[in-house]
Amino acid sequence: MTKLTPVIGMEVHVELTTKSKMFCGCSAKHFQVKPNTHTCPVCLGLPGALPVPNKKAIDYTAMIGLALNCQINKVSKFDRKHYFYPDLPKGYQISQYDQPLCVKGQLKLDSGKTIRITRVHIEEDTGKLVHKTLDGKKVSLVDFNRSGVPLVEIVTEPDITSGAEAKEYLKKLHQLVKALKVSDCDMEKGSMRLEANISLKPCPKPYKIEVKNLNSFRFVEKAINYELKRQASLLKKGTVPIQETRGFNSKSKTTFFQRTKEEAQDYRYFPEPDIPPMVFTDKDIKTWKSFLPKLPEQTVNQLITNYQLPQTTAKLLTKSKTALKIFKNHLSQAKKSGLSEKQLADILINKKATDKNIKSVIQSLTTKKTVDETIISKILKENPDVVKKYKSGKTQVIGFLVGQVMKQTKGQADPNQTKDSLLKLLK
Amino acid sequence: MSKIRSFDVRHIAKLANLALTQKELELFGKQFSQILSYIDQLSKIDTDSVKPTFQTLDNTTNIFRQDQVFPSLSQFQSLNSSFHTYQGYFVADHVFSKQKKAVSKASFLKIKKPLDYFQAVLTSVNSQGNLGHKDLFCTQGVQTTAGSLVLFGYRPAYSATIVKQLEKLGWVTKFKLNQDAWGHGSSGENSDYGSTHNPWEIHHVPGGSSSGSAVMVAVKEVALATGTDTCGSIRLPSCFTNICGIKPTYGALSRFGVIAFASSLDCPGLFAKTVKKLESVFAKLSVPDKLDATSQSSARKTVKLPSAKIVGLPEEFLQKGIDPQVKKAVLKAAGQLSNKGLKVKSISLPHSPYGVAAYYIIAPTETSSNLSRYDGVRYGHSRHFFGPEAKRRIMLGTFASSAGYSAKYYEKAAKIRTLIIKDFNKVFDQIDVILAPISPTPPFKLGEKTSDPLTMYLSDIYAAPASLAGLPSLAIPCGFTKDNLPIGMQLIGPRWSEPRLFELGKKYQSITNWHLKEPKI
Repeated sequence: MTKLTPVIGMEVHVELTTKSKMFCGCSAKHFQVKPNTHTCPVCLGLPGALPVPNKKAIDYTAMIGLALNCQINKVSKFDRKHYFYPDLPKGYQISQYDQPLCVKGQLKLDSGKTIRITRVHIEEDTGKLVHKTLDGKKVSLVDFNRSGVPLVEIVTEPDITSGAEAKEYLKKLHQLVKALKVSDCDMEKGSMRLEANISLKPCPKPYKIEVKNLNSFRFVEKAINYELKRQASLLKKGTVPIQETRGFNSKSKTTFFQRTKEEAQDYRYFPEPDIPPMVFTDKDIKTWKSFLPKLPEQTVNQLITNYQLPQTTAKLLTKSKTALKIFKNHLSQAKKSGLSEKQLADILINKKATDKNIKSVIQSLTTKKTVDETIISKILKENPDVVKKYKSGKTQVIGFLVGQVMKQTKGQADPNQTKDSLLKLLK
Repeated sequence: MSKIRSFDVRHIAKLANLALTQKELELFGKQFSQILSYIDQLSKIDTDSVKPTFQTLDNTTNIFRQDQVFPSLSQFQSLNSSFHTYQGYFVADHVFSKQKKAVSKASFLKIKKPLDYFQAVLTSVNSQGNLGHKDLFCTQGVQTTAGSLVLFGYRPAYSATIVKQLEKLGWVTKFKLNQDAWGHGSSGENSDYGSTHNPWEIHHVPGGSSSGSAVMVAVKEVALATGTDTCGSIRLPSCFTNICGIKPTYGALSRFGVIAFASSLDCPGLFAKTVKKLESVFAKLSVPDKLDATSQSSARKTVKLPSAKIVGLPEEFLQKGIDPQVKKAVLKAAGQLSNKGLKVKSISLPHSPYGVAAYYIIAPTETSSNLSRYDGVRYGHSRHFFGPEAKRRIMLGTFASSAGYSAKYYEKAAKIRTLIIKDFNKVFDQIDVILAPISPTPPFKLGEKTSDPLTMYLSDIYAAPASLAGLPSLAIPCGFTKDNLPIGMQLIGPRWSEPRLFELGKKYQSITNWHLKEPKI
């Protein structure tokens, strides 16, 4: 049997942190807000209401796209995506179909592998449903505070080949979007939502399994690993997996059937007639670029080239803004004291120092005292057996003795010097 | 493309979220075959190198709002129009519950018939008022139904921009007026509350869809009425009731708060007895609205056109299918203008005969989308309450925009739209205003065309081109038939040429008395 290769693509939604909603002036805050109080004719889909797009949301979307090395579509527009669901007040979502704001980007993994970004587009979020039984009847309660909050969708090509790779991609994406300060990317609050499209090839008939409602990177990894196993066993039996949407059970770490997708959903996209198209110039793109802060990827690379830090160290250091700041501020002091960049970075990564005590930590690390000979003789006296062993030729026990001295001096001693002193007395 | 199988009709109904009876499925299947074979004439036109037109906005781009928070409605206001709420939430059927079967209209709705003899008035607001609004215009706290049972009893939480503008100008709303439900109709017979009658001949239609507005102006119950014209809905009723109506440039008057029929075509406008009155009110209403992104074309300010000197008569509008009395009246009007020193020229708009076919793809597609919001959860009643014409158009539009068909229908129609616009651009290089009939026939009898949707749709044939091109058109009375039924004409100009149209209209009304004739009541 031929080897099966995983084919995985990710769809990520992030809610933007604009003050107002995408198409109306309602506050975009919806987490723990009294239901249906941040609502108006536009986001409730009242008869006659019309959308006017929020410029800031467009800027934020372009920034995400540019940070992912996307091209900006200079001619872009909104489209209506139709489906019926009680949390979608107009019966269509204003989204972008064939002219998304950003296309053809990429994100590099540590291995050097590139995950291609198909598109980054802007759309509006839906309301929220609460399922409940009222008077013995199952109903869905609807809150439209979230309806119309700007939402960016980031779609990859099916370049990912394992759960671990998906997790790395997502972590990097999360870090990047957070660094742009355009979304808080909080998965618990639902401001970052993850979906994976998973299949295996070769397969006699193409199919795609969508796993939704994944609210942590770890779950994405587990869900993908589970799905790959499940699909492989089906294919080995000669069964083509059924095209469907599945959910993830975080307790059993398994996926479960939600609904079939026998026929492709027909969203009847057409250009949103209520909003004029958008046309952007090189100048607009330049302005968006100027909004971009230094991105984590760039910082990591700089740390590697400028200070010869190993990649893992550079990445770990980049994770904490304060650590990075301390690193840069105290680099010259550390070097003067004979501490290497790597050593300073490690101290900060292992949280051995804060902004307040960094100076004294560097000092104590670099000004190790020569140990008093009385301590050396004390240790030798306390360990006659070990001294005997040393003298009989087992010279490796010297390490134990050095350790004892270090213990006595609470680590203040310079280990090399201690060793020298011990050897001198043992002669 | 010819026959639509009943299976397809069922599939489309599911996509449109409509629960139809077996009888409806069969009827629509039959009617679709007829309508689509008419529409198929578009496939004859080569549009390979034509770009589609989805909006007529003078290439306006990048209309945005700043990221600024404005007060929301209160929770009470948000929930007030819903029949089922619970602790601050709307209550919807459980999302995983099975789709419901078609039900007959619940009898619990004690539907009120229109209030007057002509069945023109749906709600009486203030007996001292002087203004009527088509029931598509949202009026805060006052029932707004769009002529449909779906919105029976609905009281909006806000008013349309135009409603507010008129209030500010001192106008007082007297009536909310009957109309073809959702603007779907040319005769006024598609109102879920009953057909409006023509005051000139009570058994004839007054024209639609703004039927009540035209009739109440014609009988002088109000001095001014609002309407909307998506494809003739101001011009046809003006023509059938002997009054004046302006269908403005697309985007001239705000659509905010005007219940949407077909968004890229809907033009709110006005009815009055004289052009002079229309002109004075229109000038004050025609300003950009921050709440309507399609009202912000910069051409509104920049386009300045000289007075009309040359009038064009489009030959396609005066050939086959036109009633000889209508033709005679329109040609007579051209002669009178010529006597007043204007040059009259014959012109050609070669793609105008395809207007209706393109229109009956674009408008149903947009309306099927715009009517998706009516689910009975937040306001109004469920989708079962849509009348037959609304269902027909939702189904037609859902089909025309569905996967596999949207290129053949929706995009094709958008390309025809481009060709129609090009025709106009070309003639406006040679002439200043087009003079044309509005309806191929005088007002017809109530019920005459209701069983045959396609014949009814063809009443819009002279209205479609200006609508598709987003051009202003002024409807003016220009005569009567031997049976004393009104005949009207339209003056079509380039975008933003309303001042020129009003000027010419006033000139015509200074030498004729048609607009002064009133129906005997």
